[in-house]
Amino acid sequence: MATLELRNVNKTYGSGLPDTLKNIEIAIDSGEFLILVGPSGCGKSTLMNCIAGLEDISGGAILVEGQDISGMSPKDRDIAMVFQSYALYPTMTVRDNIAFGLKIRKMAPADIDTEVARVAKLLQIEHLLARKPGQLSGGQQQRVAMGRALARRPKIYLFDEPLSNLDAKLRVEMRTEIKLMHQRLKTTTVYVTHDQIEAMTLGDKVAVMKDGIIQQFGTPQQIYNDPANLFVASFIGSPPMNFIPLRLQRRDGQLWALLDSGQARCELPLGAMEEGLESREVILGIRPEQIGIAQGGDGSLPSIRAEVQVTEPTGPDTLVFVELNQTKVCCRLAPDAAPQVGASLELQFEPSKVLLFDAQSGERLGLLGAARPQERAAKVAQLKGR
Amino acid sequence: MTSRSPLSLSRLAIYATLLAACAVYLIPLVVMLLTSFKSPDDIRTGNLLSWPDVITAIGWLKAWDSVGGFFWNSVKITVPAVLISTLLGALNGYVLAMWRFRGSQLFFGLLLFGCFLPFQVVLLPASFTLGQLGLANTTSGLVLVHVVYGLAFTTLFFRNYYVSVPDALVRAARLDGAGFFTIFGRILLPMSIPIIMVCLIWQFTQIWNDFLFGVVFASGDTQPITVALNNLVNTSTGVKEYNVDMAAAMIAGLPTLVVYILAGKYFLRGLTAGAVKG
Repeated sequence: MATLELRNVNKTYGSGLPDTLKNIEIAIDSGEFLILVGPSGCGKSTLMNCIAGLEDISGGAILVEGQDISGMSPKDRDIAMVFQSYALYPTMTVRDNIAFGLKIRKMAPADIDTEVARVAKLLQIEHLLARKPGQLSGGQQQRVAMGRALARRPKIYLFDEPLSNLDAKLRVEMRTEIKLMHQRLKTTTVYVTHDQIEAMTLGDKVAVMKDGIIQQFGTPQQIYNDPANLFVASFIGSPPMNFIPLRLQRRDGQLWALLDSGQARCELPLGAMEEGLESREVILGIRPEQIGIAQGGDGSLPSIRAEVQVTEPTGPDTLVFVELNQTKVCCRLAPDAAPQVGASLELQFEPSKVLLFDAQSGERLGLLGAARPQERAAKVAQLKGR
Repeated sequence: MTSRSPLSLSRLAIYATLLAACAVYLIPLVVMLLTSFKSPDDIRTGNLLSWPDVITAIGWLKAWDSVGGFFWNSVKITVPAVLISTLLGALNGYVLAMWRFRGSQLFFGLLLFGCFLPFQVVLLPASFTLGQLGLANTTSGLVLVHVVYGLAFTTLFFRNYYVSVPDALVRAARLDGAGFFTIFGRILLPMSIPIIMVCLIWQFTQIWNDFLFGVVFASGDTQPITVALNNLVNTSTGVKEYNVDMAAAMIAGLPTLVVYILAGKYFLRGLTAGAVKG
């Protein structure tokens, strides 16, 4: 149980080379589950290795319970890590793998036995204790790797893409188990993944990273509903958010977005927004589930008629693709409401859910609805810090 | 098909070729063994492949009398040199594969030159160094030369073996609180049995069979058996005792043969093994 704070952490592999981590600022409370998510090469694993002490940072501080640990060696940090490749010691039995860290720390043999038994029971690997890692399946190795981390009762757990070597079914199972485990043990956890579903489902807090910079740090809901820029909006969500390039028009004191399906046109009222937007190239972002079929007689929401080009039934939903402003747009519809290919469909939008991004910089423009100027200013400041 | 008539013509041809090849390689050994058990008269009158009239161990006894002491010299040189060079090579390989430092790749590259250096090149510098250290003409001196010369090979073996071991193992151990030597001793060495065997066989063969270092850096009572054998065979006085020569050569060659037979399966396994499944 410990708080974790990263203060202005920087990492570079030598002058002249691009920075691997730039001004990382993250703080989480005791017992929280932090997700570091981003595409490969974004620095998330490097950041985790820095927290573990396997790599030195070039600037800033890493605080656990308010104490700077950035100068300590890994063994003094009281942090345990689960590796992507599991990194089980191949010549030792499962029991010895779990007990290794305890033996090194000179725990009494009787206490080690108790602890191994506790962990084995927790993870249901009691029947595997005498086996070697080579005799275990991928899922079992994964459990042993977690057991090794759990045995020491460290202040912080680090998970480095622990599920990416498992098959799809097992991955979903283990995801739930990790969440269950965290709910039971309430240990501060940092979890690295490139899978946005793991990020959304597991995290209390999510930090979306790209090119060594934190693009946005917040709860999964904030990240999903209120992305700071085009990158975050496109990275989180599956199927991804639709991005429709267009120009805005100002009329009657408010801005309008013009949508064109080839069959019909529709104007989306975006409310009174900041000045100067109408002259800029913007990108309108809307999530597939925020586009619905217009109910007959309900004219309160703007709607547009469009031709269905492709349908992808996934089971619970059917994804329907139409074309708006020469861009493919995905709509997530209930399977029984899904039309045939070639049919025309009356689609309606919730204008208050629509997001606007600058086409050049990818910045989020004038937050619609409940605007939070201070929060936005902070995000912009962080982005400009690069 | 061939399963019904296993001795088809092509099969027979293959076996015949194999047997012929076997004979070519084995006949010298047979000649040596037969000659070593013959009496000198028998050697003069019979031909190379004839069976001994009387089987006698006199050749072996005489050979042991003249080279036995040098056999133990060779043991005293080879065993420490093999063990020390293997252990140091393992440690070197561990550092070069798992604890990269600035310039470690260059260091390893330069070390590889050691594998290509001919023995003759190091003779003068080595004898000068041994003289300065006061180790000239001693067994310890010869051990030192063999350790230094062998390090390039043993480091190469272990480094290449450890490169295929995932880094994550070392990182996991560091987080578990293990230090440099604990990780080496408790995690990496137990995984290294195949490459240790390769290293032992290679070094044993190299050092036991060495002649040049032995003849240059040792004299008199400290000479290894290879030098003693040469001296025995090259004596120009008296009658040539081929039975003694052959027996002495067998004595000199036996240990490497035994090592190959005992550890040969590890040798093959170690050469082909690379990836370690975790």
